[in-house]
Amino acid sequence: MSAPFYKLGAFGDEASLVVAFLIGIGFGFFLERAGFGSAKKLVSQFYLTDLAVFKVMFTAIVTAMLGVTYLSWAGFLDLSLVYLVPTYWIAQVVGGLLLGVGFVVGGYCPGTSIAATATGKLDGLLFVLGFAAGTLGFALAFPLVKGLYTAGAIGTKTLPQVLGIPYGILVFGVVLMAVSGFVGASWVEKKMAAKAAPATE
Amino acid sequence: MASVTQDVVPEAAGEKARVAQPYMNPYLAGIGLGLVLLAAFVLVGRGLGASGAFNSTIAWLVSLVAPGYARSNEFLGNYLEGDTHPLKAWLVFEVAGVFVGALLSGLLAGRVAGSVEKGPRVSVGTRLAFAFVGGSLMALGAALGRGCTSGQALTGGSLLNLGSWVFMMCVFGGAYAVAFLFRRQWR
Repeated sequence: MSAPFYKLGAFGDEASLVVAFLIGIGFGFFLERAGFGSAKKLVSQFYLTDLAVFKVMFTAIVTAMLGVTYLSWAGFLDLSLVYLVPTYWIAQVVGGLLLGVGFVVGGYCPGTSIAATATGKLDGLLFVLGFAAGTLGFALAFPLVKGLYTAGAIGTKTLPQVLGIPYGILVFGVVLMAVSGFVGASWVEKKMAAKAAPATE
Repeated sequence: MASVTQDVVPEAAGEKARVAQPYMNPYLAGIGLGLVLLAAFVLVGRGLGASGAFNSTIAWLVSLVAPGYARSNEFLGNYLEGDTHPLKAWLVFEVAGVFVGALLSGLLAGRVAGSVEKGPRVSVGTRLAFAFVGGSLMALGAALGRGCTSGQALTGGSLLNLGSWVFMMCVFGGAYAVAFLFRRQWR
């Protein structure tokens, strides 16, 4: 095993911050390339006219998942050293729903609002400021929301563990799900375009 | 690929925006993002994120005003451990990179221009207010969910993390549930 390099001591904390900056550049670059600096493009996902959010997200998930899978099978990457956020399922159900509502109301998510701000969108900047205000509000109210914040704590759990499906089979299942999702997404886009065409032409 | 065109409201009237290039094919952009994420796993042993950088920044700002309170606050205290400067955090540097990378891509494609993204039926002021409120709501969601679209959905999604998949399904569920109510803002 030679990776993850940082966790195995190949470089130190200072260098990891340089790596963070470089990785961020790649992340921001592809977010903007995909059109995710635009709120209208992003929310089109929820009006079914342009499903690029789903396509980009699941292509990225599948790419990284297959990469991690092969690199760990090849004995190059020690997957047990890659950080997994513990599951707090109740907090995450509530948090996910709030995030979804915030997405439609605000037009961005945290990462894409940075990309929007960088490319001159004033609404992106307002979203960033709103996110900062919300974070401050959550911190100040923490004693009141701590119960919800820690609700449903079940520790670090992965889908293969919970579903009792072998890791490799589940990876294959996610790939199949993504590919059929892509076919379905393009079908929906065509239907919506056909529906919209008589009104606009 | 229907909505390549955007309704943009130029900030400085009369300033003619350059013709922006079309966006990248979503599958190619997805592969690019996935490889960046994979690089983070291999190099550092962690994934991408965004909301965590906000937590560090707010923790730092509060610690300037009320150092004792900031450290005793159970949420902010997580970001103020030891003697390291709170902004000397992985996600803060990564998000600084996101800004630079997006700017770079935007400049190369002629897509950097002062504008407000909105539908034709809503005023700029209303849209900006919604952006602020939406951002605040999302901050609460990201705090409860322990991450956002990048840290949970993308990163945890590709690691088959249970909580990340639960979170991701709820993000889509929440958004589709209210999309109709807020359609005037966009369409």
